[in-house]
Amino acid sequence: MENLVQAALATVNYASIMPSLILSGFGMLLLLIGVFSKPGRTSHIAWISLIGLIVAAVVSVQAWSALSVTGIEFGFTNQVAQDGFALFFNFIFLISAALTILMSDDYLKREGYAVGEYYALILFTTAGAMWMASATDMMTMFLGLEVLSISLYVLAGFFRRDPRSNEAGLKYFLLGAFSTGFLLYGMALLYGVVGTTNIADLGMYLAAHKVMLSNPMTIAGMLLLLTGFLFKIAIVPFHMWTPDVYEGAPTPITAFMSAGPKAAAIAGLMRFLILGFGSLQDEWTSLFWVLAVLTMTVGNLIALSQTNIKRMLAYSSIAHAGYAMVGIVAANAIGLSGVLYYMLAYAFMNIGAFAVLALAGKQGEENLTLEGFAGFGYKRPFLGVAMCVFLFSLMGLPPTAGFAGKFYVFAGAVEAGYIWLAVIGVLNSALSLYYYLRIMVSMYFREPTEDFAWVSMPLGAMICIILAIAGVIYLGVVPQQVMEMAKTAIF
Amino acid sequence: MSEHLLSYMTFLPLLGMAILLLIPRENESLLKSFTLIVTLVTFFVSLPLAFNPVFTTDGGMHYTEFAKWITVGDFFQMNYSIGIDGISLWLVMLTTFIMPIAVLSTWQAVEKNVKGFMALLLLLETGMLGAFLSLDLFLFYIFWELMLIPMYFLIGIWGGKNRIYAAVKFFIYTAVGSLLMLVAILFLYYYARQAGVVMEGFSIVQFYQLPIPKEAQLWLFLAFAFSFAIKVPMFPLHTWLPDAHTEAPTAGSVILAAILLKMGTYGFVRFAIPLFPEALATCMPYLATLCVIGIIYGSLVAMVQTDVKKLVAYSSVAHLGFVMLGVFALNLQGLSGGLIQMVNHGISTGALFLIVGFLYERRHTREISEFGGLAKRMPIFTTIFMIITFSSIGLPGTNGFVGEFMALVGAFESNLRWYAVVATSGVILAAVYMLWMFQRVMFGELTNPKNAELKDLSLREIVIMVPLLVFVFWIGIYPNTFFSKMNPALETLIQQINGKQQVSMVQPIEAPRHVEFK
Repeated sequence: MENLVQAALATVNYASIMPSLILSGFGMLLLLIGVFSKPGRTSHIAWISLIGLIVAAVVSVQAWSALSVTGIEFGFTNQVAQDGFALFFNFIFLISAALTILMSDDYLKREGYAVGEYYALILFTTAGAMWMASATDMMTMFLGLEVLSISLYVLAGFFRRDPRSNEAGLKYFLLGAFSTGFLLYGMALLYGVVGTTNIADLGMYLAAHKVMLSNPMTIAGMLLLLTGFLFKIAIVPFHMWTPDVYEGAPTPITAFMSAGPKAAAIAGLMRFLILGFGSLQDEWTSLFWVLAVLTMTVGNLIALSQTNIKRMLAYSSIAHAGYAMVGIVAANAIGLSGVLYYMLAYAFMNIGAFAVLALAGKQGEENLTLEGFAGFGYKRPFLGVAMCVFLFSLMGLPPTAGFAGKFYVFAGAVEAGYIWLAVIGVLNSALSLYYYLRIMVSMYFREPTEDFAWVSMPLGAMICIILAIAGVIYLGVVPQQVMEMAKTAIF
Repeated sequence: MSEHLLSYMTFLPLLGMAILLLIPRENESLLKSFTLIVTLVTFFVSLPLAFNPVFTTDGGMHYTEFAKWITVGDFFQMNYSIGIDGISLWLVMLTTFIMPIAVLSTWQAVEKNVKGFMALLLLLETGMLGAFLSLDLFLFYIFWELMLIPMYFLIGIWGGKNRIYAAVKFFIYTAVGSLLMLVAILFLYYYARQAGVVMEGFSIVQFYQLPIPKEAQLWLFLAFAFSFAIKVPMFPLHTWLPDAHTEAPTAGSVILAAILLKMGTYGFVRFAIPLFPEALATCMPYLATLCVIGIIYGSLVAMVQTDVKKLVAYSSVAHLGFVMLGVFALNLQGLSGGLIQMVNHGISTGALFLIVGFLYERRHTREISEFGGLAKRMPIFTTIFMIITFSSIGLPGTNGFVGEFMALVGAFESNLRWYAVVATSGVILAAVYMLWMFQRVMFGELTNPKNAELKDLSLREIVIMVPLLVFVFWIGIYPNTFFSKMNPALETLIQQINGKQQVSMVQPIEAPRHVEFK
């Protein structure tokens, strides 16, 4: 026993988890600061949490540039690997968290829930997401998933006097706990098959023992494990929770959930699929082909009939996960790096759109409907134009990030020969035009019924929106550099 | 200067838009004059193109510019590659020529949010010029989509009663087509790479030389053709056009009719036909049938319209049927006739929409029954309207005659003879619906008292119309100015199409195995 501990201690490599370590540290610090702050005063906590994110980002950037020199940082008996893949996703998480925090402060004050723990929870979620992206072992993966999920359960139900928020928190918790059970059960079965929890070892074992591939325990293990991930990503038919949770949760949290944690689950899924189940690729590509088509189509079709904009974006977020799945089905270099690129692009455009919503809402957010948005573009020209940029990007029109992202995943699908999948994908984009256009129609083509005088332009939210616009335009016009990064990031 | 002339010309409006955004929105006259100046300067920048004699001798690309834009490892490369030849020359000139006219036409018509309107017009001009000049399919796609956004807002914000429906319909129709084209572009690119071609981006010139197996050609052609056919618009994909036209503001209609519709026909000439000649041959009977249906159906529907603007919109469907029929003839007469008819349609239908706009500004209605006997009150207007009507019908001596005649001759000489026979009846139908409308609006007794006080055209309105009239007669009487510059390029195109058909007949090339359809 002692030897095991020693062995474990010998392979501790803090460098391999440094960004998440920093975030956890800052998170605990924030909890302390929160205790000693006056109730209702949280701005300083928000800014400190941002500093934490920036420090983590700096460390990640350094780790990225050191990657080519020192190679991948392994740690904790190979349970964690800080490779390009993990670092690229780190950037996505950090950007999502930073944009979310920037828009949160005034929003929380308006809604009457200025509580410091909120920011600590976002940092913990981000740390959990980082562990998921860098996990090379089922146990680390599970640990990351739990840290992420539990923080999110609290955040989704953060407005404790609002029944919808309570519903969101509870629903997410119950279904999430269930899906985690599935995931864990799948892991247990797989451990039973291969005798290791290491994902790469799992892959090598399955490649070496082809006979095990048809073993029911392997198949069942894989399916259960995938179920857990698909739930988190909200892939049809595991998407039922999404609209209610997204609609009920505080708007910044909805934005965050649809970008950061979703990307984390996709990261985990990709590592499992490529490294763990590489020898079952034929099977899971046909599975994901169907899932991608279902997800895109169902998400878009239901979004068509929504009049609540928050709920509409929730369904559209399901559809966007479907587009990302197209890249996974392609499973070639361009498709997979396209998924990474897409998630980054999605973080900018979706959080940007939610930031505009967060500003436009009255207390209680009853007015975030197509009717309530009438004439918004005239009364608030800057926010209107910003919303248009995000919507055009979500539609996938050039020259925006959304177009570049879709272009890469569909290019991957075409290169791999999945022409029909690409065709279904673009037809789905065409379908999505309609409901995104409806938002623009009510913003610009209808006469204003309200003066939107309550809409303030706090500094944090402005920075958030401007950064998001910059990201959308940059990723759309000069995608080269980031795409090169994504390309080196995949396995 | 001439080295980057095309880039200056393309991005000047965009630069103008950026400056325009700094002008305060209250200062409407400054906003209008500034936009006018920007479009005029763009026109003057583009003038040297029209006078360059090189187009009469060399059918290749000129003024080419090339810069690497996006290179992602071995995934793909996209280039900023533009150029101009005799095919795009007159369409580009038409664009820069029509824009100042469109801006002038808005002088009094647009009242709400002038700044937004002008900014969108300028953005639109950049999009259109870029699309005509692109030599890289990817770049073309970007400009192609870029045109969509300003037009959507122009219809949706400044349009008539039913504008929201029209704007959304316009947007979705166009976007669906272009998204399918995107998949085709991607397929073409990967196909070329798997066939072992070292691609310089999505270069059209390289795609031209690529032998594509017949089965794949068919699908790719359908995707491209669908996208362009929506834009043309060809029957039965034309239904967005009357809605969009009736609801769009005058300047929007003028641009839509004069330039945006040419994007579709230009797309056929530049991309769909030379890239997939064999697929075109397979689809020819169907496409030609659709052209003929478009001509007859468009004319018949135009005949029964009670709204002048809708009548003109349906006449566009018929006119573009002639253009497409000429293009599909694939011989020099047909192609040059089709091409000149694109310009003609831009001039005469653009002018018709302006005329409808004049009427609408005076009476705020476009119902034919509301008018009658205007000739007595508005002599100048009557003269101009009549000339344009004749040009639209295709009376000898006007531009319309040259275009329709050449297109039909081309079709007669190709194997589309019987289609041409039927299509010719469209010329007669055009005379019926145009002259009937003209008669009801302009002649007869002045019965409606509201028309008694109508003023004749103002100086501004005459200034708008005169340049158009000049070209009506110039093309009608001496079309050689235009033909001489487009013919070398068209000959190159025809050689290309024939050459390609022969090559693939000699050695059918198998698709690499894993580009099969899954």
